[in-house]
Amino acid sequence: MRTNGSFVGTGALTRFALRRDRIMLAAWIYLIVITVLGTLYSYKSVYSTPQELATFTNAIKDNASILAITGPSFGEYTVPAATAWKLGTWVGGFTGVLSLLLVIRHTRAEEETGRLELIDSTVVGRYAAPTAALLVAVIANVLIGGINAIGLIALGAPAAGSVAMGVGMCLTGCVFAAVAAVTAQITTSATGARGLALTVLGAAFLVRAVGDGGGPRGLSWLSWLSPLAWGPRMRPFTVERWWVLAIPLIVMLVVGAVGYALVPRRDFGDGLLPDRPGPATAARSFSNPFALAWRLQRGVLLTWVISYALFGAVLGSIVKMFVDVVRDNPEVSTIMARMGGQGAYTDLMVSAMMSLFGLVASAYAVQATQRLRTEESSRRVEPLLATGTSRIGWALSHVLFTVLGTAALMVAFGLCFGLVDGAREGTLGHTVGADLMAALVQLPAAWVLGALAVTLFGLWPRLTGLGWAAVAIAVVLTDLGTELRLPQLVMDISPYTHLPKLPGGTVTSTPLLWLLAVTVLLLVVGLIGFRRRDIDTP
Amino acid sequence: MTNAISVSGLRKSFGRTRALDGLDLTVASGEVHGFLGPNGSGKTTTIRVLLGLLRADAGQVRLLGGDPWRDAVSLHRRLAYVPGDVTLWPGLTGGEVIDLLGRLRGGIDPKRRADLLERFDLDPTKKGRAYSKGTRQKVALVAALASDVELLLLDEPTSGLDPLMEEVFRQCVDEERDNGRTVLLSSHILAEVEALCDRVSIIREGRTVETGTLAELRHLRRTSITAELADAPDGLAGLAGVHDLTVEGHRVHCEVDTAQLDAVLGTLSRAGVRSLVSQPPTLEELFLQHYDTVSNGNTVSNGNTVSNNNTASNNNGGRGGKTGTGAHRQATGKGAVRS
Repeated sequence: MRTNGSFVGTGALTRFALRRDRIMLAAWIYLIVITVLGTLYSYKSVYSTPQELATFTNAIKDNASILAITGPSFGEYTVPAATAWKLGTWVGGFTGVLSLLLVIRHTRAEEETGRLELIDSTVVGRYAAPTAALLVAVIANVLIGGINAIGLIALGAPAAGSVAMGVGMCLTGCVFAAVAAVTAQITTSATGARGLALTVLGAAFLVRAVGDGGGPRGLSWLSWLSPLAWGPRMRPFTVERWWVLAIPLIVMLVVGAVGYALVPRRDFGDGLLPDRPGPATAARSFSNPFALAWRLQRGVLLTWVISYALFGAVLGSIVKMFVDVVRDNPEVSTIMARMGGQGAYTDLMVSAMMSLFGLVASAYAVQATQRLRTEESSRRVEPLLATGTSRIGWALSHVLFTVLGTAALMVAFGLCFGLVDGAREGTLGHTVGADLMAALVQLPAAWVLGALAVTLFGLWPRLTGLGWAAVAIAVVLTDLGTELRLPQLVMDISPYTHLPKLPGGTVTSTPLLWLLAVTVLLLVVGLIGFRRRDIDTP
Repeated sequence: MTNAISVSGLRKSFGRTRALDGLDLTVASGEVHGFLGPNGSGKTTTIRVLLGLLRADAGQVRLLGGDPWRDAVSLHRRLAYVPGDVTLWPGLTGGEVIDLLGRLRGGIDPKRRADLLERFDLDPTKKGRAYSKGTRQKVALVAALASDVELLLLDEPTSGLDPLMEEVFRQCVDEERDNGRTVLLSSHILAEVEALCDRVSIIREGRTVETGTLAELRHLRRTSITAELADAPDGLAGLAGVHDLTVEGHRVHCEVDTAQLDAVLGTLSRAGVRSLVSQPPTLEELFLQHYDTVSNGNTVSNGNTVSNNNTASNNNGGRGGKTGTGAHRQATGKGAVRS
C-alpha cells in the first residue's frame, strides 16, 4: 500500500484542516464535554443520597424502552456510573457523527468542489488528503475523550472509570471516522458519502436498541455487533473491562485499511460507483421549482422514510418481547399493576419511542430547510430566481419538504410500528390507529423547529445553521430535563414539552393548536423576510 | 429609441464596503452594450441589482420599463441571465438544466436548443459534477441563448471558453443583435468588446468613468508625438486633431488624432525634423488607465500618455477632477466622452 511519497504533505494538510475547522471543532468539543460534565454535576446535586440513587437504579433497571434507548444497566449505580450509563451510547453517537462529518468534509466534499484538485496538483501524496482527514478526526476524538476524562476526574469521579469513558468515546468516534473514509471513496457526491456513513450509524443504533431493549434475557448478544455499544460495555465506573477496547481498535484499523486500499483504485473525482450518463432532455414534468426541489430532496427524504419505516417495524415487533421479558419480574409486575396493568406499561413504552422518533424527526425538518441556504450560498439559486420563478415560490418548494416530508417520516414510523405491533397482538384495527395517532401528534413540535430554521434563513441567512442548535436544545431538555428537575419555565422552551403522551394519555387540542400557530407564524416571518432581503452569497 | 436599461446614481453597500457608488448605465433597446471594469469594480453587483437579487440602496433603476425589484417575476420572463461563475446541480444533466431554466423562463425553442448544443459542442447527458468550468459556462449560455427573450444579461460569459468557443459565442451574439435583442455584456476581453459591442461603459470602484460608442472610443486612439525640430514649429496649435500641445523651444510634444497625422507630420517636417518619437496609444491603454486604481501612475504602461492627460484640461471640456499624480482620473459628467 505504501508507495514512495504517497503521504507527502499530510502534515501541512492536517494543520490547514485544523485551522479551517478550529471554531467548529471547539464548539463540538465544548458541547459534548459540557453535556457529560453537566450531567454528572446535576446528578450529583439531584441524587445526593444513596437512597435516591437506588430509586434511580430501580426505575431504569427493567424499563425496556429506557434500556433500548440508553443501553443496559450494570448493577447498582453511583453518580458517575449513572452518568456513564445515561450518556455512554449517546456521546459515542455524537463523536461518531462529528468524525464522519469531518472526514467527508476533508475528502469527498473537497474533491467535489474541486478544491482538492488544486491541492493535489501541488507536492501532495495520493494518501495525504484521506490521512489528514483521519488525523483531524482522531485529534478531535482524543481531545474530546481526554478533556472529558480530565473533567470527570476533576469533578471527583474515579480515575479508571473516567479514563475508560473517555477512551470509549474517542474510539467510537474513530471507528466512524474509518467508516467515512470508506464511504468517501464509494460515492461521487459528499451528500451520498455522508448519507451512507450515517446509515451505518443508524444501523448501529438500531442493532444496539434491539439487543439492549430485551435486557440480559433478550437478544443482548446482538449489541456486540454495534460500535455504539462497545464504549458502554467497557463498563466505566463499575468494574472496568479493558479488553473490550481491542474491538473498536481492531475494527477501526481494518475498516481504515479498506478505505486506504480503495484510494488508488479510482480516478480523481470518480467514485467506485460510476456516474452514468443521464437524459439529454428533461422530462416533461421537470418544469417548475417543485420538480427541482423534489429531485434535490428526494434522496435524503427517501433515506429517512425507509429508516423510519424500518425502525418502526423493528421496534413494533419487539415491544411485545420487551414486555414479556420483564413481566415475570416481581418488582416490575408490581409497577405494572400500579400503573394500571400490562397495557398501560406497554403504552408507556410505545409513547417513549414515539417521543424519541418525534424528536429525531425535527433533525430532518431542519435538514430539509438547510437546503434553502445551501442552494443560496452555492449560487445555484441565482439563475433560478433570474427566471420567472418568484422567491416565495422557490422557498415554498423546499419548505414543503420541511412540512410534508417530516409528516411522511412520522406516518411511516407510526404505520409500520402499529402494523407489526398490532399483527402480533392480534389487535390490528385498534393498534394501528392508536400508534399512528401517537406518531402524528409529535409533528407540531418537529414543525416548530423546522419553521424556526426557515425564520433564521429569511432574516439572518448566515445563521440558518443555528436551526441545529435548536434541535440540540430540544434533545437535551427532553432527555435530561425531568431527571435534572429543571424548572418548568425552562422545560417549556422545548416544543416537545407540550405534547400529550400517546398512546394511553389524553389529548387536549389547545397546546397542539398553539404549536401549529407558532409554526405558521415562524414560516410566514421567514418567507416575508426572504422576500425582502438581498440574496446573500459569500 | 427606448432604453432597455437605465440606471442612474445607483448605490449599494454591503456592511461598510461600498460596492456601487453612484453608478450610471444606459443601454438602448437593440444594442449590444459592453460593460467593462476591473475585478471588484461592481459589474456583478450591478447585474444582481438589475435582476432584483439585490435591492438598491439609492438611485434610479429601470429595466425593460419596470422596477427590477418590484416586478422581478414578470420582467424575468423577458430576459435571460448567464452568471460569471456558473454552478450546476451535481446530479442534474446539462440537458435537464437547460430545459428547466428555459421552461421556467416561459419556453425554449427545441430547434434552436439542438442547434446551439451542436455549435457549442456540448454533451447534454453528462451530470453537473462532471462538467469543467468552461462546459458549465456553455450550459448556461445555451440555456440563455435558446430562450426567446428581449434582453440578455451576460456576466463575463466567455471566461473559461476556449478560443473556438469564443468565436461561436461571438457569432451567437451577432445573431441576437440581428434579431433585435438587447445584450448587456460584462467582459474583460477587449477584443471581444471591440468585435461585438455598439457602445461601452467602463466602471471603476462602483462608478461609471466612461460611456460611449466604440467609434467615439476609437477616436481616442491618438498618436503621441515628441519631436526635436530645427526651427520653432509654425501653425501647429491651429491644426485640427492636435491635443495637449507643449512647445519648449525647439522641442515639441503633442497628441494627434490618428486621422490628422498626415497634416501634422507635414507641418513638423516643414520646420525640419531632427528626431521623432511616436507612440500610438491603444484602446488597451485607455482601459488600463481606468483599471489602475493605484494613483501613483507607476503601473500604467505609458507614463507619457497619462501625464499628458493630466495637463490636458483645455482639451477635456467639462471634465474635471484630475488627481495630481498620474493615472487616477476621476470621472464626473454622466455619459461624457472625451473628444
